[in-house]
Amino acid sequence: MSAERRPSMLGDALAQVGACGLFLLQVLAAVPKSLRHFRETVRQVWFVGAMSLVIIMTCGLFVGMVLGLQLYYVLSIFGGTAALGTVVSLSLYRELGPVVTALLFAGRAGTSITAEIGLMRATDQLAAMEMMAVDPLAYVAAPRFIAGIVAMPLLACVFNALGIFGAHLVGVSWLGLDNGTFWSNMTSSVDVWKDVVNGVWKSVAFGAVVSLIAVFQGYTTPPTSEGVAYATTRTVVFSSIVVLALDFVMTAFLM
Amino acid sequence: MTQQRRSYQIGTGLFILLGFAALAYLATQTTSVANFSQGDSYALKARFTNIGQLKLRAPVKLAGVRIGSVESITLDPAKLDAIVRISIDKRYGEIPDDSAAAIFTSGLLGDQYVGIQPGGSPDMMKDGGEFVLTQSSMQLEDLIGKFLVNGSPQKPANDASKPATTEPPKP
Repeated sequence: MSAERRPSMLGDALAQVGACGLFLLQVLAAVPKSLRHFRETVRQVWFVGAMSLVIIMTCGLFVGMVLGLQLYYVLSIFGGTAALGTVVSLSLYRELGPVVTALLFAGRAGTSITAEIGLMRATDQLAAMEMMAVDPLAYVAAPRFIAGIVAMPLLACVFNALGIFGAHLVGVSWLGLDNGTFWSNMTSSVDVWKDVVNGVWKSVAFGAVVSLIAVFQGYTTPPTSEGVAYATTRTVVFSSIVVLALDFVMTAFLM
Repeated sequence: MTQQRRSYQIGTGLFILLGFAALAYLATQTTSVANFSQGDSYALKARFTNIGQLKLRAPVKLAGVRIGSVESITLDPAKLDAIVRISIDKRYGEIPDDSAAAIFTSGLLGDQYVGIQPGGSPDMMKDGGEFVLTQSSMQLEDLIGKFLVNGSPQKPANDASKPATTEPPKP
């Protein structure tokens, strides 16, 4: 069977996408049932969200600082350093916040979701749940999926806030830009709906995609240690590709 | 067990609160929402022969400091000029009544705003008052047009026409 399938990589990829889509429908159908295990959802938000705060905050701070430094240098060529706050906040809200948070989220939370569910699969815990009449889709998959959707936008907002703080640190405290100019330029050209809320929509979509891929890869992993290892790698690779591609599509639509 | 469960529930609650606090901070402190003044304001009026690209809610600045915003822009049917109503924060109640209002552009290509050049009168503007001295917006196109017209009889026209006539035969 595998000898016949091997040559058609395209067919394999299509089958994966199709299976993932069907899995999404199954998970969505299991969402109402999973509300009975609401505590589990809360625990997952804690696990994928609150536990990711440290890495998100550290990276947000450094991304903001490096943005402040780089853009200050570029803007000083045109004598436009006053626009530093505007440029940093717009690039964070519209692009970097959602995208970098999603990539970090895939690395920090997506991998552990995949490995956890994959090990459950490998050690037959999912089969045991089914035998106890506990639907693993409702008890294992759906809570993690919901948690990803809830946690991602919140993490992206924290990332953005720390990024602005980092840029302020570099631009104002270090390079001597005027504090009032930094903020007033930012407030006069950043729009709540067009910039901040669009970024939040992006991060909601990225959260859904990353956690779907993570749960799907764990759920369908071959029940071996090698299979779990590959599934974890695939989670990071696929979510990164899909996030970046989806980012382009969403930007085109949300413009 | 229950103790542990409680601790992560509290942790989750704190995380969600932190996330929404960050969102609220971004939405209210770093965007144009921060510019909406909640305080009392009073209205002033200014007539301009041309307002250019002045928009509603454009800032009103005195000495570069934002003190209010443009409330409405209407056309006076009798005099055929634009009446711009601006609302100014009560905090900045002391604007001399011989001050001048002008429409400026922030930077070369930025948005337009109303700039107020304070006068020296001891009397202050009252609610509903009107600026006597106003200066319309500079139209970049007009400036370029004037420059071209003024410059044409002398050198620039010759320079501009010469290459046009001499170059085509070359190749």
